[in-house]
Amino acid sequence: MKNEAARDIERIVLTLDVNGERRAILVPVHKTLLEVLREDMQLTGTKHGCELGECGTCTVLVDGKPELSCLLLPIQLEGRAITTIEGMAAGADLHPLQVAFAELSAAQCGYCTPGILLSARSLLESNPRPTRDEIREALAGNLCRCTGYMKILEAIELAAERMR
Amino acid sequence: MKVVGKPLPKVDAAAKVTGRAVYADDMLPARTLHCKILRSPHPHARILSIDGSAARRIPGVVAIITGADLPIKFGILPVTQDERALEHEKARYVGEPIAAVAAVDEEIAAAACDAIHVEYEVLEPVMSIDAALATPKDERIHDYGGPNNIHKFVTLEFGEVDAGFARAHHVREDVFFYQGNTHLPMEQHSAIATYIDGKVTLWSSTQVVHYVHRAVSKVLELPMHRVRVIGAAHGGGFGGKTDPFAHEIIVAKLAMLTGRPVKCTLTREEVFYTHRGRHPVLMWVRTGVDAEGRITAMHFRTALDGGAYGSYGVASTFYTGVLQTVTYDIPAYRFEGCRVFTNKPPCGPKRGHGTPQPRFGLELHLEKVARDIGMDPVELKRRNFVKPYTRAVNWLRVTSCGLEECTQRVLEASGYDKRLRRPGRGMGFAISSYLSGAGTAIYWNDMPHSEVQIKVDRGGVTVYCGAMDIGQGSDSVLATIVAEELGLQPSDVRMVTADTDTTPIDLGSYSSRVTFMAGNAALEAARKMRALLVEAVEARGKKYEDVSFEEASVLGEARFGTLTSAGSYTPPKIAGPYKGSGVGPSPAYSYSACVVDLDADSRTGLIKVNKVWIAHDVGRAINPLLVEGQVEGSVYMGLGEALMEEQVFRKGLHKWPSMLEYKSPTFLDMPDVETFIVETIDKEGPYGAKEAGQGPLLPVPPAMCAAVYDAIGVWIDEIPITPEKVIEALRRKDKGEEARYGPPRFPSIPYPPAIKVEPPPKDLDIAQASTI
Repeated sequence: MKNEAARDIERIVLTLDVNGERRAILVPVHKTLLEVLREDMQLTGTKHGCELGECGTCTVLVDGKPELSCLLLPIQLEGRAITTIEGMAAGADLHPLQVAFAELSAAQCGYCTPGILLSARSLLESNPRPTRDEIREALAGNLCRCTGYMKILEAIELAAERMR
Repeated sequence: MKVVGKPLPKVDAAAKVTGRAVYADDMLPARTLHCKILRSPHPHARILSIDGSAARRIPGVVAIITGADLPIKFGILPVTQDERALEHEKARYVGEPIAAVAAVDEEIAAAACDAIHVEYEVLEPVMSIDAALATPKDERIHDYGGPNNIHKFVTLEFGEVDAGFARAHHVREDVFFYQGNTHLPMEQHSAIATYIDGKVTLWSSTQVVHYVHRAVSKVLELPMHRVRVIGAAHGGGFGGKTDPFAHEIIVAKLAMLTGRPVKCTLTREEVFYTHRGRHPVLMWVRTGVDAEGRITAMHFRTALDGGAYGSYGVASTFYTGVLQTVTYDIPAYRFEGCRVFTNKPPCGPKRGHGTPQPRFGLELHLEKVARDIGMDPVELKRRNFVKPYTRAVNWLRVTSCGLEECTQRVLEASGYDKRLRRPGRGMGFAISSYLSGAGTAIYWNDMPHSEVQIKVDRGGVTVYCGAMDIGQGSDSVLATIVAEELGLQPSDVRMVTADTDTTPIDLGSYSSRVTFMAGNAALEAARKMRALLVEAVEARGKKYEDVSFEEASVLGEARFGTLTSAGSYTPPKIAGPYKGSGVGPSPAYSYSACVVDLDADSRTGLIKVNKVWIAHDVGRAINPLLVEGQVEGSVYMGLGEALMEEQVFRKGLHKWPSMLEYKSPTFLDMPDVETFIVETIDKEGPYGAKEAGQGPLLPVPPAMCAAVYDAIGVWIDEIPITPEKVIEALRRKDKGEEARYGPPRFPSIPYPPAIKVEPPPKDLDIAQASTI
């Protein structure tokens, strides 16, 4: 990108469906979904840990499935339903996973928490009775450095039980 | 007690689970400029010239600065003010900041960095402890310390060491190596600064607003009252955000130059270069025991690979030698420590700061000593456990000590004594201890280590404290203490923390000090506030417990005017009467014991951990959920260090500065952990509490290695225990060589003669202040 700062950046108008709200945005074509969510839509609940698809921190749901927003381009996502952490609660009512995470202190620094909550939500929607090993498998792409994962596993199990 | 001891949610839990907590990189005020830092591509090189003229011409570039703009040196310790925010004379590691750009967006800032031309004269890098001890090929990394690239020596001797060895029934020597590793917080460091009305305001993902405050003020030559540092919501520290950092000073300087907000968020690769992680430490230990397995003398040598700068390294060096004595009763003890400079990112404090490495060596060494004399290793350790309310030979004061209870809990729960002996499956046991806050501040001063103010009005309570909640829940602990005293719930208490303008001093989240020190300050302030409210309520002929808090607060304001109270905490002066005694003393020590059960595959060398049992003497669990979280997180981090995490270099380059290649445990690698909280109600801590966040990491790596020996009969005397090392040790065993993988020798180091210190007199009141 040497000395290309004065270059013409190709921009595109896109309509994205984020948390059930459709918004038209004008963005450079090369901007990632992570960047657009955080910088253009002020949805800063989606965090980043590497921006290379390695840590799972920036996980969002696309049509209900966990995806890494740092590896997605918004241009791929028109007409798809994107869910971020801001869309997880129903209005002021927290999702049972959020309640369980709060109750059991499954969020320490909280930085990986949005991505883990969304991955867990996707898991419970397809498998309401996951075993502990199934939870481990489903969340293996989400790193957490604070908790040792124990309280997260317990919180997901508690939420699953309450949601059944 | 109504709220202390209850598993209540954290006061910021809702913010954390909804994505509403505002971390530094989440902030984007209008007109924010983005900062990128140009970093050295060479591990060791003289900087001949820096030319930013082409970069300056790029549209969108607003400012470029180099070391000439920030020439004043800084560093966390007063004795090692050896860093510059931007270096313009010499680069000492790959990734060292050389120039910084503020531009209208990140891409332009990055392009401008590429357009800055730096001319280097490349020097021979120093990349190992051995190389640092030898005569440098080109020149020394720093012009202080020495000889060669030695940074610091520590040599201390307590009691009659030679006599202790002479009367020993058995003496053994071992060499161990603990590889360096890094914190890997999920959040990359980020800082954003504004400059308005002649004042810098800096939001940062720091663990210690006070130390950043001091460094920014020093380098920018602004009085401290014209610098405000605010701790943003924190995305993980583990010690890695405890130094003041170049990017924090750089954004403040750029904000002053441009008059606009300036933000810098490090990339993951830059986080690896910023480092300050676990020192690689080579260790040699020699211990004498009598026929009953009681230690008669110990001699411990360490060599720390410090990386390119001082950071906390002087303290780290001491820490590799001090806490051996607070778990085992060692009647005579000699410690020789040495830190060297190398051309790698600087090492510093990581969870356990300087003590996990010697703990690893010590625990494995005692395993071997016990086997030499035909004694069960657990039994040998137990015979040497320190007793509560004693003074160690190096004057460290032990108050409550739950070592024996912790040991019993994990042995019973794991069935360690009755374990089935099967090839390939094993159990290992280890113990540890850690500080509940360092007894002395980083820089010499007489101020309290923590201060808390409380304001009550209109039925609400606000607590002000400089402490930084880094996710461990320190805000919740302080809120719980205040709530307990005032008869409220923690969620009723508003917390204002980590803001150098609005909160009184606290030295921040390091050395496991916040619950203990800020907790004691909060307890004092809350008790004073309660006394005011009780007096006001009782003056109306009522009882405090019978009125609402709203009524009590109205009566209090009516009687006294504005309702405020304050509390502070200064640790007792208990250090020994010798130079260097400031590192190691803590008002109280936590204790842990751990058993690991694992399978070791002798065909592949792979280790599968089945379960970890850990008991932790936390004094009192103010919130057991948070204590469990700290213990489990510590076990996890210890497991990562034991099995996979390592920061290694190839010809000056970091071998794997990414989260994929730097292996850390995932959900699939983490076994179930059974945690036992042991309460010993320490006289010094708030409600008897001690630390929880660091100590439980320490026993995990040695317990892991002991379990590997139990399973397949080979000693892995250096971590991480990679499959390659296991296979190599098994190969040596098969060939009839020593069944061991580990460092072959400890280098010859020109330690100066040890300073001899008399042990404390037997009749010393354990609470007695020292004479220094």
